[in-house]
Amino acid sequence: MVIKFTINGDEMEVDVKPNETLLDVLRNKLFVTGPKEGCGNGECGACTVIYNGKPMNSCLILAPEADGAEIFTVEGLTKDGKLHPIQEAFIEENAFQCGFCTPGFLMSAKALLERNPNPSKEEIVEALSGNLCRCTGYDTIIKAVKKAAEKMGARS
Amino acid sequence: MRFKYVGQSIPRVDAFEKVTGTAKYVTDMFFPGMLYAAVLRSPYPHAKIKKLDVSKAKELKGVRAVVTAKECPYKQGIYLVDRPIFATDRVRYVGEPVAAVAADSLDIAMKALDLIEVEYEPLPAVFDPLESMKGEILIHPDLASYDRLPIYNIEPEKNVFHHHKTRKGDVDKVFEEAKERDDVVIVEGEYTLPQIYHAPLEPHGAIAFYDFEGKLTVWSSAQSPHTLRHLISYAFKIPHHKVRVIAPYVGGGFGGKAGINMEGIVIALAMQVPGKHIKLIYSREEDIMATVVRQGMYAKVRAAVTKDGKFLAWEQMMAFDGGAYAEYGTNVVRAAGYTTPGPYYVPNIKVDSYGVYTNHLVGGAFRGFGHGELHWAVERHIDKIAQELGMDPLELRMKNLLKPGLTNAMGQKMHDHSGNVEACLKKAAELIEYEKPSEQPKDPKKKRGKGIAALVKAPAMPTNAASSVIIKFHEDATVTLQVSIQEIGQGFNTAIAQMAADALHIPVEKIKVVTPIDTDTNPYEWQTVASRALWTVGNALYRAAEDALNQIKNIASQVLGVAPYNLEVEDDRVYIKYDPETYIPLKDIVMGYTYPDGHAIGGPVIGRGSFVPERLTNLDPETGQGNAAAEWTFGAEAAEVEVDTETGEIKVLKLVGVFDAGRVVNPMLARGQIIGGMVQGMGPAVFEQITYDKDGRPLTISFTDYKIPTIADIPEEMEADFVETHEATSAFGVRGIAEHPMISVPPAIAAAIYNAIGVNINDLPITPDKILKALKEKGE
Repeated sequence: MVIKFTINGDEMEVDVKPNETLLDVLRNKLFVTGPKEGCGNGECGACTVIYNGKPMNSCLILAPEADGAEIFTVEGLTKDGKLHPIQEAFIEENAFQCGFCTPGFLMSAKALLERNPNPSKEEIVEALSGNLCRCTGYDTIIKAVKKAAEKMGARS
Repeated sequence: MRFKYVGQSIPRVDAFEKVTGTAKYVTDMFFPGMLYAAVLRSPYPHAKIKKLDVSKAKELKGVRAVVTAKECPYKQGIYLVDRPIFATDRVRYVGEPVAAVAADSLDIAMKALDLIEVEYEPLPAVFDPLESMKGEILIHPDLASYDRLPIYNIEPEKNVFHHHKTRKGDVDKVFEEAKERDDVVIVEGEYTLPQIYHAPLEPHGAIAFYDFEGKLTVWSSAQSPHTLRHLISYAFKIPHHKVRVIAPYVGGGFGGKAGINMEGIVIALAMQVPGKHIKLIYSREEDIMATVVRQGMYAKVRAAVTKDGKFLAWEQMMAFDGGAYAEYGTNVVRAAGYTTPGPYYVPNIKVDSYGVYTNHLVGGAFRGFGHGELHWAVERHIDKIAQELGMDPLELRMKNLLKPGLTNAMGQKMHDHSGNVEACLKKAAELIEYEKPSEQPKDPKKKRGKGIAALVKAPAMPTNAASSVIIKFHEDATVTLQVSIQEIGQGFNTAIAQMAADALHIPVEKIKVVTPIDTDTNPYEWQTVASRALWTVGNALYRAAEDALNQIKNIASQVLGVAPYNLEVEDDRVYIKYDPETYIPLKDIVMGYTYPDGHAIGGPVIGRGSFVPERLTNLDPETGQGNAAAEWTFGAEAAEVEVDTETGEIKVLKLVGVFDAGRVVNPMLARGQIIGGMVQGMGPAVFEQITYDKDGRPLTISFTDYKIPTIADIPEEMEADFVETHEATSAFGVRGIAEHPMISVPPAIAAAIYNAIGVNINDLPITPDKILKALKEKGE
């Protein structure tokens, strides 16, 4: 079946199978490879996208369900060649190493900061607890999200 | 050398790519007409293959190739060639590849697997290394006939793929005499740990392409592109120049992506359908079951110690659960054997370290390479000795440190530049406020305590593990650096760019480290393992930079009419040292110099440098004496924990890691290695383990069942610090720290638990049920 959705503001039309996941369609049909497959079972968060405003594991969404959805991925963060404050903060705080989980963390962080511009440490931990990272030990990720909140607050 | 960039916390050079989603991993690569692969795996831990029929699978529409051991009868193995790419007559672990399919889609490939008919005859299996050493069930009956490096010592009748022996001094004599001495105690103990999983967020993956003239290209998530090429060449009998490995960014390795792994499967398929790209990306389940895991270990320790706390003799037997194939396990067992008893001086040492086949998942390289295992036994045992002597465990450690002038287990003498474990312990003690007892919570059921442990690790590598570097100057005097250490997250590309900037005296912004690694164009590098990269590549880089600078100065010398040694390169120019205002812009030199009349001299500047470790030797097979270690990194780690005595739950409140890193190249990234490594060490301390059902089937094959630390599990406080003893064997004074932070977190946590509740847990992981059982036995 043919479904329509927007990815980072661009309208897309794509022919999908009923058993395909949104992640499969993004990666293998549209070559939007920012979202990563770390498990395919919703256990690691590497495939997190912002789906109608909410952070979701795209590996758990069946493609036909995504008809009409607004989807935002890591590819949409950079505007006019300028990094988003969350990206800047992740770089400044050294909040990633291998980078494989990073697109998912950035999406979870962005969704958090959109609904809660000034989150506490506990709120950050809760919002990111579905994203696994094996490299950093997470402490710089917490710092980066706090810093991003400050940057975004200062700019708004 | 003048250090302008080395020592600075500059941001990662791969940062922009990694935060924008443009960093490419193997899984992100697509080729027109690409086929997808799937693998049929053994459901049994040990069985004979009675029948294997793939004919129905081959007939399925969209299937382009099916392979089994019949088409691909090759074996692989880095030090001991024991692992068939596809099971031949028998399977030895649950998950072992039996057949593989390439098809137009993954769906079709998976369907085809269902059409393959296999008949197995289950064989008795063995899962415990000590049981396996009895040799009642032989897992590799033909072990004696396998190709192997001669430094490995097999014992085929015991399922042993390597037996490492250390014999320093005379342990037996000390234990014998101790019976007569009342100033000496003998302390014995047993320690174990289970297999654990690397859990890189990127599962293993590879794409292979074989052309009609026999050239093979493999894109792989590989820590060691050149060694992978070498092992492919060996297994498939293709000359090196016809094998090309391209290795894009690796999404976490931790040792699991070193050497050769699952690439053979996709290569075998590609050879069946020349001209087609075949892609195989492991599922998480396959990644856990069918790559490699860290070996489990049983250790038995006996030590003779004077009552005032001097170690006289140390005897340690370790039996590693190597799983079905030896893999890197051979050298893990060896490294653990020659490093025991860690950062302590003992005049008499006897170690027997065995790598033992079982029907468990395959054991391999894992961050720490045997040192997390050996230190678990050593550090726990030192705590036990301290308890028996009634001595503070830190004080006991301080009395026995491996200091300059003393010899390690191999008989190698430590020098002033070899690293300072005493300073690491002191700093770690300060950071955890060791002298100050933990403040106890109001809830009387909750108890807090502190613990400390030390460690040492040298790179475990062949004596001739080499590195090389090519520096290419471009028309505008910018530089590309070709080097084949893989960027797996550790920050190598950033650190080496900083070092190159200082070696070449040019701004770091003018240097690009070439990615991805391509063995057709990049110079040779042994492997991205062993925390050796900045040390070994740094030395090769130093030579390459000297080579490039000499070429620049030689050209400038002719133009300016002064001796090369009177010239200096700095930023964008080469100038006369005694008259700095007389200079030539670098861009006018680096392609050769062209005079105003048009005639040119020199030519493009290409710096070349290579390095092989100096003065390493094989070890004596009977005594383990010799020079296996080129340099050492010492460290100390400390923990504070809170134990709930009612539920047995452990909360790690604080972790501290201090390492003698030599000169720290990038403090921000080095700190990242320490914090990340300590959290990776905390997982196996308190919950990570691969478990099996009674029939030997792994149960922990998802992130739900194999739990790794989440953001909600990390300690409230984590601190990283350094000691910087200049490393004299490095042109930059550096040594590695990437593996070390994981090593002694479990014994530090175990010591803190003892400090909190007075019980010793000697079997990892320290789960609530073990705490409760120990408390019950203690009578609380």
